Amino acid sequence: MLDFRLYMAQRLTALIMAPLVLGHIAVMIYAIQGGLSSAEILGRTQGSLFWLLFYGLFVLAVSIHAAIGIRVIVHEWAGLKGAALSALTWATGLGLLAMGARAVWAVTAA
Amino acid sequence: MTTKAEVLEVSVWRGSADGGALETFEVPARESQTVLDVVSWIQQFADPTLTYRYACRVGMCGSCAMMVNGTPRWTCRTHVQKVAEGNSLRIEPLRNLPVIKDLAADMDPFFDKWVEAEAVHHPTGTRHDPIAHVDADSGARQAADAGIECINCAVCYAACDTVAGNADYLGPAALQRAWTLLNDTRDGGGASILDAVSGGGGCHNCHSMGSCTQYCPNELDPMSAIAGLKRETVRRVFRRRRDA
Repeated sequence: MLDFRLYMAQRLTALIMAPLVLGHIAVMIYAIQGGLSSAEILGRTQGSLFWLLFYGLFVLAVSIHAAIGIRVIVHEWAGLKGAALSALTWATGLGLLAMGARAVWAVTAA
Repeated sequence: MTTKAEVLEVSVWRGSADGGALETFEVPARESQTVLDVVSWIQQFADPTLTYRYACRVGMCGSCAMMVNGTPRWTCRTHVQKVAEGNSLRIEPLRNLPVIKDLAADMDPFFDKWVEAEAVHHPTGTRHDPIAHVDADSGARQAADAGIECINCAVCYAACDTVAGNADYLGPAALQRAWTLLNDTRDGGGASILDAVSGGGGCHNCHSMGSCTQYCPNELDPMSAIAGLKRETVRRVFRRRRDA
């Protein structure tokens, strides 16, 4: 159910997410401390390749990581297996990726 | 000499693969009585049709494990006084395994998984070769030694919540034996062991909850052995990259 390939994908995405989570929290605290408005935040993120890559990578890592995690929980707690389990894994990953990518694009597109 | 409570109230699971229920027996309480003594008393003096399994009675053969008040234990080395709740005991067949009858669990899935995990010896020599030199001080040998006293009692397998939720998971005992063989210089099956423990039911399913280590009656540490397998499977990938 969780073979070596999935195990590595989940561990490697965790490694990617760790610094991104810290960066994300730091940015949130900074934005609130400074009293930035939505317009001011969008002014800095729109057209920024850096923020596109930062949150784009974050969303990709979260989609892979969470899909594998959900896969394990659903298998062990609900007994789903085989093709249905794979379908749920893909649906979770692609769903998160689509929603996340849309959000990232919304704040970084120029 | 009897203990304060003169009689033990013992609920024993009776049934087969098709289902069953608890049946209560009153068993005389005695000093230094083991749970296996209690089961044997019931079979000898109350109901000769009770089915259970044991052999050595001294904690070496690994055949008498059962659930005692919900906890997997080797019954021959478990004192009633240490585990009874008041004067009552609940004795059931091992968790996570099919039942044959009453307290005898079907061990086939447990041992089939040992083979599936390649937890079998892969010889590197023949009887015509000199006896292999084993360096007792090497790190690998010490890692192997830490796990070789497993008596195959399946207490860890019954304790494991990952086995309970994931029927394909190979389980702590099979994976620990795979780990001891991986660390044995006389075993030539390293690559096939790492392949076998990397599949869908392999070591990577372990959540490191530690019930195996908590309940192992021989105080072994299968959880760390499984962590070792995870580490070695990852290392192998990077080693391959470097060699390529």
